[in-house]
Amino acid sequence: MLAAVDWHVVWVRVAHPDHVFFLALTRTVYVAVIAQVIGVLLGVAAALMRMSKAAPMRLISGVYVWIFRGTPLLVQIFFVYYGANELLGFTLIPNSLGLGLFSLDGAIVGGILALGINEGAYMREIVRAGIDSIDKGQMEAAKSLGMRYGLAMRRIVLPQAARVIIPPLGNEFNNMLKNTSLLFAIGVYEMFADAEIGYSNSFQPVEYFLGVAFWYLVLTTVWTFIQAAIERKLAASERGEELSFFERVQAVWNPVSAWRSAR
Amino acid sequence: MTDVVMRAEDVHKRFGRLEVLKGVSLDVQQRETVCIIGPSGSGKTTFIRCINHLEKVDGGRITVNGQLIGYRQKGDKLVEDSEKSIARQRTQIGMVFQRFNLFPHKTALENVVEAPIQVLGQSRDQAAAEGIRLLTRVGLADKTDTYPGKLSGGQQQRVAIARSLAMKPALILFDEPTSALDPEVTGEVLSVMEELAHEGMTMIVVTHEMGFAREAADRVVMMDEGVIIEEGTPEHFFQAPEHERTKQFLSKIL
Repeated sequence: MLAAVDWHVVWVRVAHPDHVFFLALTRTVYVAVIAQVIGVLLGVAAALMRMSKAAPMRLISGVYVWIFRGTPLLVQIFFVYYGANELLGFTLIPNSLGLGLFSLDGAIVGGILALGINEGAYMREIVRAGIDSIDKGQMEAAKSLGMRYGLAMRRIVLPQAARVIIPPLGNEFNNMLKNTSLLFAIGVYEMFADAEIGYSNSFQPVEYFLGVAFWYLVLTTVWTFIQAAIERKLAASERGEELSFFERVQAVWNPVSAWRSAR
Repeated sequence: MTDVVMRAEDVHKRFGRLEVLKGVSLDVQQRETVCIIGPSGSGKTTFIRCINHLEKVDGGRITVNGQLIGYRQKGDKLVEDSEKSIARQRTQIGMVFQRFNLFPHKTALENVVEAPIQVLGQSRDQAAAEGIRLLTRVGLADKTDTYPGKLSGGQQQRVAIARSLAMKPALILFDEPTSALDPEVTGEVLSVMEELAHEGMTMIVVTHEMGFAREAADRVVMMDEGVIIEEGTPEHFFQAPEHERTKQFLSKIL
C-alpha cells in the first residue's frame, strides 16, 4: 500500500541525505574509479599478452579471462578479500592501508582489487578490439622509423586505439558504479551499505532502497552526460578538428562544472 | 668496400606456397636513384619491404652499408636478429609508403620529430628546428601544426618524406609513393623526390611514373614474376627495351 510509505523519509533520503551518506557516496565513486583504472591497466596488459608471440603469455591471458568472466563477481569478491592472503602466503590485502592523509580499510582494498581484476578480464577484449582497429600501416611506419614494438605501441598505436576504446569503456564504468554495491557484502560502507543499515534500523525498505536507487541513478546519469561530452569531442577530432590536451580536460570538466553550478 | 649502399643477393621470399621473389639480386650505389617498375604481383613492393625487414627473406641476403639486415651469422646459418638490433638497422633505412601512414593523432611537425626524439634521443628543440627546416624544404612551412586529417594526399606524402628524412637515413625506400594520390597532386610529390635525387640522396623507388624515372633515375629495373628481367638507364627503357614483357608493360603505362 502506497499509504504505508513515509514520503517524508523518502524526501529526506533523496534531497537531504546526511553527512554519513555522502561519505558513503564518495566511497562508491572512488572505489569505482580506482577499480576501473586497475581494470584498464590489466586489460591493456592482458590484451598485449593475448597478441604476444610467446605461447605461455597467450595462455595466461586466456586462463585469466576464462576464470574471471566465467565465475560470479560476488564469489570473486569474497575469494579475493577472504582468500587472497591465505592463498598467496603473504599479506596482499592489509587490515588497513595508510595513504598519507587518509587510510583505506582492508575490505575496501580487497573490494577494489576484486572489482579491478574482474574488470580487467572484460577490458581485455575491448582493448584488443581497439588495437585491432588501428591500421597495420601505423605499426609498420613506426617500425620503419626504428621504433621498437613497445615504443610503437605506447606512442603510436595505443593513443589511437584509446579513441575506439573510450565509448565501450564508458559503458563498463557505468556497470562498475553499480557493481560497487556488491562490496556491501564484505563490509565496505558504501552507498548501498548505508541504505541497508538504514533499512535494518527502521524497517522501511521502500524509503531507504528507493532513496539509494535514486542516488545510483544520479551517478550513472551524470556519467552518461560526461561520456556523451567526451564522445562528442572525440567525434569532432575524428573529423580533423583535433583537440589540445587542455580542450580534452575541458571536455570532461565542462559538464561536471555545469552540473555543480546548477546544483 | 666500395660505395655500395644496398646489396641484395639472390633474395627469395614466399607467402605460403606462393613464391613471390625467386632470386633477386641488386646493388644500389651511394647517391644513386633506382626505379623499380613492373606489373602488379611482380614482387617489387615485397622486395623493398624486405630491405628494411618488414618482410623476412626466406633465402639470400640483403646488406645495407655492409651490414646484414634482419639476420646474423651463427656458424654457417643465418638466425633472425634481435628486435633491438633490427630496430637500430631500420634507423638508417627510410621508408615512404603508398598510403602515407602518417600518425593521425600528431601534427605534421610532431610526425617529423617523433622518431628523432624517441629513437635517436635528440632534444625537443633540436628536433623541432630540424623538423621545421625539413617541412620548409618540402614546401609545408605553414602546415607544421596541422593534423594529417586536414592535409591533402600530396601534402601528407610530403610530410611523410620529411619524416623519413629527419632520421638522416643512408637510403630511402619509396613504395609507390604517388599511386594513392589524385593525378593533380602527384606532381608536387614527384618534384620533391626529384630534388632529393638531384641532391644525392640514395633512393629505391617502386613507381609507375616513367616521367619521374626519366627526370631522376640513374637506373631502371624491370621486375616480373619475382625476378629482375631487365635493367638499364631510363633512356634504354624509352628507346630500346629488349625484353618482350618489358615492351608490353611499357606500352600499357606510357
